[in-house]
Amino acid sequence: MLVLALDTATPAVTAGVVVLDGDSPPRTLAERVTVDAKAHGELLTPHVQAALAEAGLSFADLDAVVCGAGPGPFTGLRVGMVTAAALGQARGLPVYPVPTPDAIAVDVRAAGAGRPLLVATDARRREVYWAAYDAAGRRTEGPAVDRPAELAARLADLGVEVAAGQGAELYADVLGLPVVGSGYPSPAGLVAAAAEQLLAGAEPAPLTPLYLRRPDAVEPAARKRVVPS
Amino acid sequence: MPDKIILGIESSCDETGVGIVRLGADGSLELLADEVSSSLEQHVRFGGVVPEVASRAHLEAMAPAMGRALETAGIGLPDVHSIAVTAGPGLAGALLVGVSAAKAYAAALDKPLYGVNHLAGHVAVDTLQHGPLPERCLALLVSGGHTQLLLVEGIASSITELGSTIDDAAGEAYDKVARVLDLPYPGGPPIDRLSAQGDPAAIAFPRGLTGQRDAKFDFSFSGLKTAVARWVEQRERAGEPVPVADVAASFQEAVVDVLTAKAVRAAREYEVDTLVISGGVAANSRLSALAAERCADAGITLRVPRPRLCTDNGAMIAALGAHLVAAGAKPSPLDLSANPALPVGTIQIA
Repeated sequence: MLVLALDTATPAVTAGVVVLDGDSPPRTLAERVTVDAKAHGELLTPHVQAALAEAGLSFADLDAVVCGAGPGPFTGLRVGMVTAAALGQARGLPVYPVPTPDAIAVDVRAAGAGRPLLVATDARRREVYWAAYDAAGRRTEGPAVDRPAELAARLADLGVEVAAGQGAELYADVLGLPVVGSGYPSPAGLVAAAAEQLLAGAEPAPLTPLYLRRPDAVEPAARKRVVPS
Repeated sequence: MPDKIILGIESSCDETGVGIVRLGADGSLELLADEVSSSLEQHVRFGGVVPEVASRAHLEAMAPAMGRALETAGIGLPDVHSIAVTAGPGLAGALLVGVSAAKAYAAALDKPLYGVNHLAGHVAVDTLQHGPLPERCLALLVSGGHTQLLLVEGIASSITELGSTIDDAAGEAYDKVARVLDLPYPGGPPIDRLSAQGDPAAIAFPRGLTGQRDAKFDFSFSGLKTAVARWVEQRERAGEPVPVADVAASFQEAVVDVLTAKAVRAAREYEVDTLVISGGVAANSRLSALAAERCADAGITLRVPRPRLCTDNGAMIAALGAHLVAAGAKPSPLDLSANPALPVGTIQIA
């Protein structure tokens, strides 16, 4: 089957067309990736079009869409989610959300690092989004959001030996783990993370972003006086 | 030329709107669907729109609103000729949801995309109810986020800002005064209702920017809001009851007096004989009554779209899109960016 994969949960604007059959790992036919945290809104749809064109395909050839559901900075994350939802609605395609760190973990394993893994991406405000994976690639904790020092204190319990993701790079000195992999999810990794559901033709989960934080908003206190008392 | 179906997507503030308009071969517009999903209720306890709350709601509401609009119109997405979307001005994160969705619909359906100006949409929406605009007209846009006087010399080609608020929007002043009077958010409807029982001449609140040397067509409501707060506080401090209805009516009178006086003056000065009032505050009963009175005196035709069309919706964006399509405008590129500060003169992002 032909799957369109999207992710905007990291600074990378990612779109790719991937072939999935039950017998071999997902294979990327074409992809467009730009690392620019401010360009998700501009570039995602053009990237989708360019990847399809390079693969010699059109929307009509697609069987499904997979979308990274975060966690990630909210504004960028929503670009991928709403784009996937609209593409799915317009073409009558099922859209499968997958946690973005799951895709990064698949990529790291595919690159040969079969060790317990921490994926940590940049959550800004001096925090990281993270998830932990065992040697078999199963997620054992997360996704969650914490300060690097709090996460560092839990690493022994988590049993992770290597780390991947931009958060792991940024806070390498705090986390003290060797960093592996590119740090961004690949189209093939995204499709692999949803492979079971895709191949089973499962009913997709709702397209709900993994925000992990509440909106910043405070209820107003008593009204301010304009005349000093 | 057969009929064309134009889709409009709006997400600049707290309403997720999808509108569908049929553009006839003769240039006529027919509204087929106008679905709005509002996150207003979620903002009430914060006393104003929280951008992140609004953006989250847009994401949840977008595809369902589209589905309902298509169902109401009795069409499918492949029947759509063009897609118009609000590209600005508005809240950055909120705009981005609508723009991203519109790009995806346009790409997936291989249809032209028009990234358009929200403020021009507020003017264009009137053509859905009252037919084509005259060659030249004046538009007064009043809402929670905008207060502007516009010279419209072609809805798809030429809109010039004559003046705008230099501080608070008119609707914002209503919200702030409502807080002072312990009335709920948004402040427009409760103040309008209370004003009916009050004396608009009870308190002489200041009329902002109406002096000889002030900018003729700009507005200011910040000083008015402070004057109301000061007046109420002095009463409270003196232990006297606050005549809430009189305060509301006098405040409302100060707002609509300035709005209508400046609009009529601009119409005279620019020699136009039609005034369109649109935006959320256009639903205010005193504004439309005083505008009707002053326009009649000045020989100006007043056009106010029905309240449902005045507030933010997708129909206004579809209407503007239809005017652009009818005028043969070139579509916007699919790498267009939302622009939170899009100037009103930029009707479409090329």
